[in-house]
Amino acid sequence: MNPALLIIALFLAFAFLLGLLARRGRTMTLEQWAVGGRGFGALLVFLLMAGEIYTTFTFLGGSGWAYGRGAPAFYILGYGAIAYAISYFLLPVIWRYATRHHLHSQPDFFVSKYKSPGLGVLVSLVSVAALVPYLVLQLKGLGIIISEMSYGTLSVAAAVWISVTALVVYVVISGVHGSAWTAILKDIMILVVAVGLGLYLPWHYYGGFGPMFAAIDHAKPGFLTLPAKGMSVSWFVSTVLLNALGFYMWPHGFASAYTARSEDVFRKNAVVMPLYQLVLLFVFFTGFAAILQVPGLAGAQGDLSLLRISKLAFPPPVVGLIGAAGLLTALVPGSMILLTAATILSKNVYRPLVRGTSEQTVGRLARGLVPVVALAAVCFTLSGGEALVPLLLLGYNLVTQLFPALVLSLPERPLATRIGSMAGIVTGEAIVAWSSLSGTTLAKLLPTWPSVITDLNIGIVAMTLNFAVLLAVSAVTRERVPAQAIEEPAAAT
Amino acid sequence: MRRVPLHRWLAVVPGLLILGGVPFANRVHRLVLGLPFLLLWIVGCVLLTSATMALIGSLDAKAARSAGASPDPPDRDAAR
Repeated sequence: MNPALLIIALFLAFAFLLGLLARRGRTMTLEQWAVGGRGFGALLVFLLMAGEIYTTFTFLGGSGWAYGRGAPAFYILGYGAIAYAISYFLLPVIWRYATRHHLHSQPDFFVSKYKSPGLGVLVSLVSVAALVPYLVLQLKGLGIIISEMSYGTLSVAAAVWISVTALVVYVVISGVHGSAWTAILKDIMILVVAVGLGLYLPWHYYGGFGPMFAAIDHAKPGFLTLPAKGMSVSWFVSTVLLNALGFYMWPHGFASAYTARSEDVFRKNAVVMPLYQLVLLFVFFTGFAAILQVPGLAGAQGDLSLLRISKLAFPPPVVGLIGAAGLLTALVPGSMILLTAATILSKNVYRPLVRGTSEQTVGRLARGLVPVVALAAVCFTLSGGEALVPLLLLGYNLVTQLFPALVLSLPERPLATRIGSMAGIVTGEAIVAWSSLSGTTLAKLLPTWPSVITDLNIGIVAMTLNFAVLLAVSAVTRERVPAQAIEEPAAAT
Repeated sequence: MRRVPLHRWLAVVPGLLILGGVPFANRVHRLVLGLPFLLLWIVGCVLLTSATMALIGSLDAKAARSAGASPDPPDRDAAR
């Protein structure tokens, strides 16, 4: 076993150990990957929160896209800021309602607002569907790290199987009491590694950021601006908007609104969180540094760029530490996503459908579903050749379809009806699923249309139609509402 | 329907600068301060978002205080 592989194996064992020790520890859910006021010093809290920004998506995917695509990767930096600005107004409203009605999960909100358990099941299914690519992304990242650390002795497929085993074992060991210490270790390691690489590599290979970008600009003219077609300005703007609206539609993002102690938390976050986003710059720098040093990684291979340039620049033990940091950034979020998906399926899909399900059955089912969901993710991981970033883009396309129904539900009396919301969501999801499965793009559908329109992210097109259908169906089904409103109190007494 | 306080509209400025400004920022094919201009533009917008939200937060807090009734409505909600 080479030193790098040995080091990540040791870290994996250490994460398992921490998971075991944490069994009796505090409950940690997806929305609390790390700290948030656990009585640490302000500086440590700041560092931990900054480290939290990094998942496999940002670490390997962000650098991979900077390497392979250039300027389009900047979208990752853009949407978070808008999402946090929205959160200032959106989350307090959700928080107040959820606190008043004692809600626990994201589907609960829809069930309560629209008085519709059926809509809750639909929302749950959408959430799980969107979590799958997110989970696949973590598995893929884990697979990349393990196979790269083996210096060619393990195939990617073998590495993915090792990864999923590690993930399931980790979830089984730590359970709902996920290890806070693993998350803290992860945040610190990834921050040191990402910032370290982002500062060191451009300086080491080019003598600074300026010379590095000048060299890239010289070698690949136009790489640092958005292209005229494909991932053009139109794609960029629609993607940033879509991702910003979808940011809090993820079941974990949404439910994080429930856990706040007061509305003040949201006000502070809206100021501080955009600043944390800036640590992404270092990941971009690493990807850019790799362009001229480890050329030739085509397509999805770009995700290897961070690890490849690390191998070029450092001896195996250091590479092992970088890999270990990457391993933890996949393991911690991956375990939470896996657990959340299994819990939603059991609590918000199975229970409403099968009357009289006991709390124990729900718990057992959730645990039983963990390996099932994991296996499904392995199938997608091994069958698809997607890079990491497109996987999350797909997840966002799916999850953002919940936005119209959510936003229209916020006034005291929802502006949409139950049927309208369902029709809208189904329309949006159908378009996204169809385009993703058949590989149809707007450019293929409308070859003669200008690229300003055909480059739009399909998710934003789906969401527009979703909105339209939602409003139309709501208008048609609206008149029944007064009748129901009269009936309901009568039925209750 | 409650009227939205005027200062809250400031929140749309950074978002508009990202969404509406990128088409223009993308026309600059030069490095500025050693960074691609598009990247620098987005970084600037992110910083502006933080500053804007801080400003809105403090104006909201001030408005809440001058509205008088209770100094910090969120806490009252939390206590319920």
